[in-house]
Amino acid sequence: MLQRFATSGSTFAPQIDHLILLIAILVGFWFLAAEFALFWLCFRFRRREGHSAQYITGEEKHLSKWVTWPHFAVIVCDIVILIPAILVWVNVKQSSPPAEQTVRIFSQQWAWSFQEPGPDGALDTADDIRTVGDLHVKVNATYHFELQSRDVLHSFSVPEFRLKQDAVPGRAITGWFKTTRTGTFDIQCTQMCGMGHGLMAAHIIVETPEQHAAWMKSVSNPAAVATSVVAPAPGTGASTEDSKFAEVRQ
Amino acid sequence: MSAPARSIANLRSVTGIPTARLVTWWVIASEMFIFGGLLASYVMHRLAHPEWAIAASNTNTKAGAFNTFVLLTSSLFAVLAHKAADAEDGKGAAKYLRLTALGGFLFLIVKGFEWTHEIREGFVLASGGFWSFYYTVAGLHALHVLAGAIIMLIFAVDAAKNVNLPRVQCIGLYWHFVDIIWIFLFPLLYIAK
Amino acid sequence: MTTPATGAHAQAGSHGHEPGHHEVSFFHKYLWSTDHKMIAMQYLFTGTALALIGGYLAYVFRMQLAFPGHDVPGYGLVTPNRYNSLVTMHGSIMIFWVAMPVLVAAFGNFLIPLMIGCDDMVFPRINRLSYQVFLVSAIILLASFFVHGGAFGGAWTSYPPLSAKGVYNLTPIGASLWLVAVALEFVAFLLGGINFIVTTMNGRAPGMRMWDIPVVVWMIVIASVLFMASVGPLIAGAVMLFFDQRLGTAFFDPGRGGDPLLWQHLFWFFGHPEVYVVLLPALGMVAEIMAVFARKKLFGYRTILYTTWATGILSFVVWAHHQFIAGIDPRMANVFTITTLLISVPITEMIFVYIATLYGGSIQFTTPMLWALSFVAEFLIGGVTGIFLGASGADIYFHDTYFVVAHFHYTFFPSAIIGMFAGLTFWYPKMFGRMLNETLGKIHFWGTIIAFNVIFIPLFITGAAGDQRRIYNYALFSEQERPGLQHLRELSTIGVIVLLAFQVFFLFNFFWSLRHGERASENPWLSNTLEWTVPSPPPHGNFAELPTVYRGPYEYATPGRKEDYWPQNAPITPIEEGAL
Repeated sequence: MLQRFATSGSTFAPQIDHLILLIAILVGFWFLAAEFALFWLCFRFRRREGHSAQYITGEEKHLSKWVTWPHFAVIVCDIVILIPAILVWVNVKQSSPPAEQTVRIFSQQWAWSFQEPGPDGALDTADDIRTVGDLHVKVNATYHFELQSRDVLHSFSVPEFRLKQDAVPGRAITGWFKTTRTGTFDIQCTQMCGMGHGLMAAHIIVETPEQHAAWMKSVSNPAAVATSVVAPAPGTGASTEDSKFAEVRQ
Repeated sequence: MSAPARSIANLRSVTGIPTARLVTWWVIASEMFIFGGLLASYVMHRLAHPEWAIAASNTNTKAGAFNTFVLLTSSLFAVLAHKAADAEDGKGAAKYLRLTALGGFLFLIVKGFEWTHEIREGFVLASGGFWSFYYTVAGLHALHVLAGAIIMLIFAVDAAKNVNLPRVQCIGLYWHFVDIIWIFLFPLLYIAK
Repeated sequence: MTTPATGAHAQAGSHGHEPGHHEVSFFHKYLWSTDHKMIAMQYLFTGTALALIGGYLAYVFRMQLAFPGHDVPGYGLVTPNRYNSLVTMHGSIMIFWVAMPVLVAAFGNFLIPLMIGCDDMVFPRINRLSYQVFLVSAIILLASFFVHGGAFGGAWTSYPPLSAKGVYNLTPIGASLWLVAVALEFVAFLLGGINFIVTTMNGRAPGMRMWDIPVVVWMIVIASVLFMASVGPLIAGAVMLFFDQRLGTAFFDPGRGGDPLLWQHLFWFFGHPEVYVVLLPALGMVAEIMAVFARKKLFGYRTILYTTWATGILSFVVWAHHQFIAGIDPRMANVFTITTLLISVPITEMIFVYIATLYGGSIQFTTPMLWALSFVAEFLIGGVTGIFLGASGADIYFHDTYFVVAHFHYTFFPSAIIGMFAGLTFWYPKMFGRMLNETLGKIHFWGTIIAFNVIFIPLFITGAAGDQRRIYNYALFSEQERPGLQHLRELSTIGVIVLLAFQVFFLFNFFWSLRHGERASENPWLSNTLEWTVPSPPPHGNFAELPTVYRGPYEYATPGRKEDYWPQNAPITPIEEGAL
């Protein structure tokens, strides 16, 4: 259903969309039933000459069942919604499928920057590619991401992927995604972060392996030697004294 | 005919509990949530930061213990004040109210010395997580002690004339609440090292 | 001085001259009164004045969204920073300085002593103090518009670190003033709430058992309890945030051992019960109105009470659904999605009971009844769209989009605005001694309701299409720059303008009827509750003779009686006793 509003570009997007559709059908039914009852009763029992109101306490069984049975049916519907909701949530936020690559995403007032492995395929080596505003990934590949903030709360959101995660300074929050089609997709910051909140547009560029390799070649420095580099401490601005950070498995 | 000093609603008591006492309980309840929130936040932070024990070792446990004794004793006086008020002994109630308030002021004086010393050592509000909580929670509590002591002295004036005696119990209830908050504060801020 | 304001007539425009009346200065009558009815009016007028300001702010930022980069007529250019201030202040004003004072304080103050049959609140001077503290909070908030840097721009949720450091939010003075204003507003409502709760517990007329208390009084009392229990931790949090802002502490600064998420927990632990604090009084007023204009008992008075208590208690264990993707432990999300969907159950039952009340009725579609019915119709939309957000898996997509904005406007607007108009049109005769004009009332109703839907239905769509919140211009996002979406944003903005325009009908009706409306009798609606047994408007002291209560408030169409209503204080005559 959401295909009408936003196309989808990740593996878990259809799962989320199906959940949304399920909710829409169930709540849609109750919504229409309740509105219909409301309007119909207003019409049926409008004041008319010769008719007076009835004395109804609500304890009459033949009437109270119209409230009690729907009430239980609503509970059943809630359970029917809860089960897939939790399954989708666990899949997106708690599980961590083996990934081919890890990328690091930095948010700050007011830009997104990225650190991706270079040709050696390993993060935190000298040939890492750092970009501002554009994240390049391969299609049909599972990625882990590590989301950090350099100052205030931000939120990494790619609507087309149905992906969203707040970035908290002082933490590196992890997640995963696997894209399903090539293209350029918006990244919107979705947590109020000050004056430039609406100005920190960025893109995630999903490419075929060939395109991705070509891009990497065009930005890499072949003279770099693959040595280990200490990962930058996430957190606040220039402060590096607090090197502790909590890594949250998502 | 002079206008009534109280609304008729104030004079009724459908629940059987005097209105002033009900109000006092609700005030205490809302204060409990304020302190509860503050203390819960402190405990969560403290558990996440074991190194705060180093900072906490600089608090003056002896002063804290003495202040605990002072507050408990003053609560005893508050109970005696209530008993006197129940027996319509206004002068007695006023005397005990004043002794309770005295306990409160003694508490504040001791705390004044404590904090002066700690500030001289360089431990101020912004000195780190532990100290921020320490001064905020203990400070908020101290404000409540001060307010309570002042109100007690004001109520003592009327009580001495055998007027408005039910208020003695109400301020006594408030004082017990202030005491109980301290009973939580003392181990959390002073003993947990 | 222990005397309350004496001889104070309740409202502007009243001309009662009862025995014992003596002259009181303007100051004592209107500004220093302890009479609950006057205090109610003070809250009402302050709240509605702020509603106009809040509405104006919405007009400005929606104009920016519809016509980005253009000067807004009546404001000027909306820069990114000003945009943030506009949305922050719109939300803050509407929740804290409109919904709360009008629904809880104005109606609570006016109705409770009258409906339980006593002369005033138990502590009239504390009541007066509560309004004065509230007024100071409103003044401080409005003053923040004029300080260097302008009004606070960190969103009404004020998440640190953005809200803690001026270098981040660029509105440092505004941020602190905002915090002080909010804290004072909390204190005002704590003071007021104590009066509502204790007066209802202790001040009831003889014969009024718990089950004889009108639903709206129960609702305001329960709302006050919810408020009192939930606001404490946030007051603690506000102190901590203020210290972070001004005194260099690091409660929420991760670089120095603090935790930004702590603020979120403290905020939402209050924030979720708060929405029920706003909802419950509106639900109560709608129940009263529906019973009167359907001429029927409520379908389940006790059910309504039980479901309200259940909702209130559950409201304390759902808060983290506002934080599903905030970086909390994802396993916690599973707990909170269960509790959140669970809370929909008692509320749904309550709505079913309201609808069932119409069955067997004899329904009159007066203006108050139209508002009451529209409350149910619109709140249903708010309620069902909440399920999309409470289900954690779906919230991943909808969180912080315009879908959320539309959802909460379909709960807040019915509560704060529809509830307000329902209550005002219903109790206006009692408050001011005049009847409102029905034609103007109905024009106002239809214009407002239609415009309201025109504003927010498009926002469900733009939110589902990926519009994230608090973005001042979607031009930078190619997926959001589609013409179809921009047309929807424009449509929504037109809705705002139409909505604001139709309020002219209400304002005119309100003020014109004060002088020229038909004079109201004691009980123009033939209602059972005690406020309709006193003159319109009620004199100081309310009841010439304090009533005794013999029955519940909803004895409409009782068999064996000539009239289709039976006031709570009408003694049972021997003939009736025999017939029943």
